[in-house]
Amino acid sequence: MKAAAAGRFSSPLWRDRALAASAFSEMGALASAAAAKKGGRVNFMEVCGTHTMAIAASGMRRLFPRELRMLSGPGCPVCVTSQGDIDRVLALAGIPGVMITTFGDMLKVKGSKGLDLASARERGADVRVVYSPLDAVALAAAEPSREVVFIGVGFETTAPVIGAAVARAKKMGLKNFSSTAFFKLVPPALELLLSDPEHKIHGFLLPGHVSAIIGTGPYRFVAEKYRVPCVVTGFEPLDILAGINMLFKQVISGEPRVEDEYFRAVRAEGNPAAQKLMREVFSVSAATWRAIGPVKNTGLEFSKAYAAFDAVKRFKIKYAEAPEPEGCLCGTILLGKALPPDCPLFGKGCTPSNAVGPCMVSSEGACAAWFKYGG
Amino acid sequence: MAAINKVVLGHGSGGRLSRELVESVFLKSFSNPSLLPLEDSAEVKIPGATLAFTTDSYVVTPVEFPGADIGRVAVCGTVNDLAVKGARPLALSAAFILEEGFPGGLLERITASMRRAADEAGVSIVTGDTKVVERGKADGIFINTSGIGLIPRGRSLSSAAVRAGDVIIVSGSLADHGVAVMNARDRLGLEGGIKSDAAPLNGLIEAALKVPGTRAMRDITRGGLATVLNEVSGACGLTAEVDEEAVPVSAATRSACALLGLDPLYVANEGKIVIFAAPGAAAGILRALRSHRYGKNASVAGRMLKEKKPQVRMLTSIGGSRIMLMLEGEQLPRIC
Repeated sequence: MKAAAAGRFSSPLWRDRALAASAFSEMGALASAAAAKKGGRVNFMEVCGTHTMAIAASGMRRLFPRELRMLSGPGCPVCVTSQGDIDRVLALAGIPGVMITTFGDMLKVKGSKGLDLASARERGADVRVVYSPLDAVALAAAEPSREVVFIGVGFETTAPVIGAAVARAKKMGLKNFSSTAFFKLVPPALELLLSDPEHKIHGFLLPGHVSAIIGTGPYRFVAEKYRVPCVVTGFEPLDILAGINMLFKQVISGEPRVEDEYFRAVRAEGNPAAQKLMREVFSVSAATWRAIGPVKNTGLEFSKAYAAFDAVKRFKIKYAEAPEPEGCLCGTILLGKALPPDCPLFGKGCTPSNAVGPCMVSSEGACAAWFKYGG
Repeated sequence: MAAINKVVLGHGSGGRLSRELVESVFLKSFSNPSLLPLEDSAEVKIPGATLAFTTDSYVVTPVEFPGADIGRVAVCGTVNDLAVKGARPLALSAAFILEEGFPGGLLERITASMRRAADEAGVSIVTGDTKVVERGKADGIFINTSGIGLIPRGRSLSSAAVRAGDVIIVSGSLADHGVAVMNARDRLGLEGGIKSDAAPLNGLIEAALKVPGTRAMRDITRGGLATVLNEVSGACGLTAEVDEEAVPVSAATRSACALLGLDPLYVANEGKIVIFAAPGAAAGILRALRSHRYGKNASVAGRMLKEKKPQVRMLTSIGGSRIMLMLEGEQLPRIC
């Protein structure tokens, strides 16, 4: 209780004020050198929603040098899920006897008719929030007369966990468990952004958790082919400041590469066991991205061996293109071409309790972060 | 204020949606000068005395969790709602809605726990009611408690009385209750021995009030510190500014929240208060709190400021700042 007596409760090294101050002062010098080199403002993108939230929650944006602009990328699992896929989730929830199990984030994402899982639950659908897909498997085992569907969305972080749950269901011989596989892959998402000749991204803060799974190799093309600096970064405030400074140094040196700031968790080869599991349960497929549409080889679907666990196939749920909510800039924001306050709906027609687009719904969404913490 | 189309879970979160429900439905029918301040207890004047009067219903799942149970929370919650208005609790009521099939042994454990909490608070449960509903029409047990208390002459605490320059004192570590319940309810298996903080705080509060200078007190329940600060900021028209480093949160609870994507300042407590006091009184109040078993981690967490646009703001540990809004609806655990 020494800390309590001193009135200081939460300042371990990675939030240390003096270290942060020295990182900011270094950043100031680096930013002006980098801006001089680029002939204007430098845009870095934090790819991952957890970074977006950490940046907002730590209040660091107000301390950034003028020359730096941080853009939010396509790394919020709920945000990139297409309107059509949300409609499929709602269609599954509407099937009599089906129990939907989901991460909490998905409850409030609206489909094209303005409905969400929370409102489906109010109308009588059986929708349960679970913390792990293994809990959904346990529910299926406990209630063999019910069809239990897990809403699988996300990136390389969630895919192996859901893969493990499906593999367990198969081992247990469960016939009443299935999952959606609306998974997206991070490296192809970056390629999607970079293949736009108009892109203005001068560096990527790469997601720590995804990289812990896939390693650093899959990003090499970003530095080599597109000449854009990359730093795999952790989620504490000082990680982020260090990551940004490392990006600036790469910009200044003109030698882009993939660096690892989060080496305490990320190894170059990633997590081979998780990769093996993903390869076994899933195969690379097209995925439909919000506001972008279907793109080849950017997602995962169930492999042949696990096709029986595909909820979409089991219940023959059709995919229909669905338009974006009118006026919503989510897609543009995910591409790093706008910031949340640029959206005409931001904070007016669109707030966390009455969200129009997914970027305002998800706790990882860029709009939610800006709304909740004031940018 | 828009009409409520349908009640949603968020209307019970204790955050902005709850407020909206109260304002657009209940105030429309019930509005009167005792109710209007919408504080933890209402003040009811009778010849020669001012009473505090409050009521609260408890619907926790599971009914027992590390550190407390629904019964202890039901007694402590009502005692605390009285005490933060400066009242000394006089008597409580307890009403039970029981679902057919509820185990008798469990009911006895809950009532024994209520008795212990009431004894600790020095108050009796003097009246009650029981209803039993068919299986499936309730979730095991719901408890309502009401309480009356006497506000000593000359004592007046209200959010509207908070002044610029006042300090914000938090009585101890936040978010333990909400995380302990979530851990038990969803069998998260989080380690670190996180326990509910449910406790009757009238003793702690009397000790603090011996030091003159307190202008208002609130108990920090659903919606967490952030929501309470927003309510007080709204009532007194001042900015509330807190220092991230000075808000007590235990290491175990902090990492549990980080894991679940929850902000501890929005998580419920059942044994913590926030005090708004004149700056000169801070040291004395802090000493009084820290010498009590329920106030050991008390801390001056921030200050009230006069600003053109009042807001609730946090100065972060790395030297930045951000706003803190009221809790919207439920806090939802995130995907990754």
